[in-house]
Amino acid sequence: MTVLHGKGASGGIAIGVVKIHRNDKACVKRAHIENVGAEIERFRSAKDRSLAELKELYEKALKEVGEANARIFEIHAMMTDDEDYTEAIENLILSQNVNAEYAVAVTSDNFAEMFSSMDDDYMKERAADVCDISSRLIKNLSGSVAKVTLFPENAIIFAKDLTPSETVQLDKDKIIGFCTQQGSKNSHTSILARTMGVPAVCATETELPPEFDGTEAIIDGSSGTVYINPTPDIREKMIIRQNKEIRKKELLQNLKGKENVTQDGQRINLFANIGGLSDLGEVLANDAGGIGLFRSEFLYLESDDYPGEEAQFQCYKKVLECMAGKKVIVRTLDIGADKKIDYFHLDNEENPALGYRAIRICLTRTDIFKTQLRALYRASVYGNLGIMFPMIISEEEISEIKEIILQVKSELACAGIPFNPDTETGIMTETPASVMISDILAREVDFFSIGTNDLTQYTLAADRQNPKLDAFCDPHHKAILRMIKIAVDNAHKNGAWVGICGELAADTSLTELFLAMGVDELSVSPNEILPLREKIRHTSIKDRREIINKFL
Amino acid sequence: MREFEYTIKDELGIHARPAGLLVKAAKATNCRISVVKGNKAADATRLFAVMGLGIKQGDTVTVTCDGENEEEAILQMRSFFENNL
Repeated sequence: MTVLHGKGASGGIAIGVVKIHRNDKACVKRAHIENVGAEIERFRSAKDRSLAELKELYEKALKEVGEANARIFEIHAMMTDDEDYTEAIENLILSQNVNAEYAVAVTSDNFAEMFSSMDDDYMKERAADVCDISSRLIKNLSGSVAKVTLFPENAIIFAKDLTPSETVQLDKDKIIGFCTQQGSKNSHTSILARTMGVPAVCATETELPPEFDGTEAIIDGSSGTVYINPTPDIREKMIIRQNKEIRKKELLQNLKGKENVTQDGQRINLFANIGGLSDLGEVLANDAGGIGLFRSEFLYLESDDYPGEEAQFQCYKKVLECMAGKKVIVRTLDIGADKKIDYFHLDNEENPALGYRAIRICLTRTDIFKTQLRALYRASVYGNLGIMFPMIISEEEISEIKEIILQVKSELACAGIPFNPDTETGIMTETPASVMISDILAREVDFFSIGTNDLTQYTLAADRQNPKLDAFCDPHHKAILRMIKIAVDNAHKNGAWVGICGELAADTSLTELFLAMGVDELSVSPNEILPLREKIRHTSIKDRREIINKFL
Repeated sequence: MREFEYTIKDELGIHARPAGLLVKAAKATNCRISVVKGNKAADATRLFAVMGLGIKQGDTVTVTCDGENEEEAILQMRSFFENNL
């Protein structure tokens, strides 16, 4: 197996056959010309033929790849007809008595050089356009006919780089991917690959020898990896990933914009869990109805010192603005001796899961907590914010939090800084204590978000970090499912809504149960939203009691 | 001669497509149209010259019109820049 590494230019996995594409650059020789007038005429008629061809290519591309991609040939026609370019060529013929082919080649180099030396990635790529129009002229001058290339089925094109004219002449029905030695995400090949929806890898910097023509190859357009003659292991792995991606694409096409509603009309919100701003693209791409868990730890982990109010504010504001009025629930700082940050100077603990962590740190080091709350309340006017507190075990903690929130609000009000006073607040339900008193806690907050990972380890007294305990850490244990039921019932009786944000939320074998319990929201990784939506749309909740009895 | 200043809003600056449109629009006027960025000027009917200015988003350029119908041409160019760049 040979492995090449480049840059991913168009996502997805293609499994097919290597088709090496050679750019047969006509070799241009310098010749002395006596009759320069005739030579200029010869150049002009080659130019006219080029313009006619480009018009045809434009029409062909218009049909195959759409107007946006076809326009390049209109630009090519303008370039071919550009006065600076044609004058430069004719001047060379006149002043140096050289043949038209040579004059075109020299001018091409000069103009391409102008683009490649520009301080702009987009403009640099335009050097390829100059080379493309110039080779077309040279071809028309020398009268050589372009060879017709035959493609095998499932061809993955391997080339140095492809010019727009080359790409449009490819037999697109048979091409399933591209791999180029040069180029970038802005190259025509990359753009074309994305338009065609096929994977592409660029900038591999490696030329494939001709004997590889026809061998099996796999390209991974997300990571930029190319496998030639893949081992059975790799092939199998990539087939699995490819199937997943195909399914994801289908889900996207069928389910984007659809409601999360069961066959019998019950609705549930599907939100996303995120750990940073970089996840926002996935959240929107997967059609999340909101953000159910925004882990704010990354702000602290990525910083060398306590992150300031302004930096936090900017980050929360950005998320709220991106989500454009959809709910965004930010969980306040959740660290402890297992998720350590140097500048907090936390002591080592025997038992960090049961230690000084999360809200316990926030309520004893209120300066840190207040900074975060001020940033959150300031951001609250930019969208639909909810704030959620982790590791709650008592109503006293909630009273303390409310006291601090009151201080924050009155400070902001005094300073004339706008905030939304009705910002929803909630708690993570992740300790058995918070479940047992959930009736009391529900009266104090707007919502619960059940964190099933911690709830499982605390309820079953099984450390989730210890792999030997995997068999004991069963989140389907009736104790856990009953805990969830108690929390949901108590919340609803006392006017709070309930979401689940732990890993169990994405477990489609339990979706029916959660719907029967009347859970209001499930928050999962962005890529789990559409599979879950599909599950919900195929579920019907006829007899709630029967379903609940079956599980509990 | 008439002129106006314009600050480019298009994300990619004057890239290939709008440069092509500009060339078409400039050719249609019968005036000499130039685009000036800093101390470099380009004849707006010449694609390579215009692209060679490397005009990016946020750059301010001066557009000049010289010729018999310059009054009309300057209005046409202004609306072209506002609509496309």
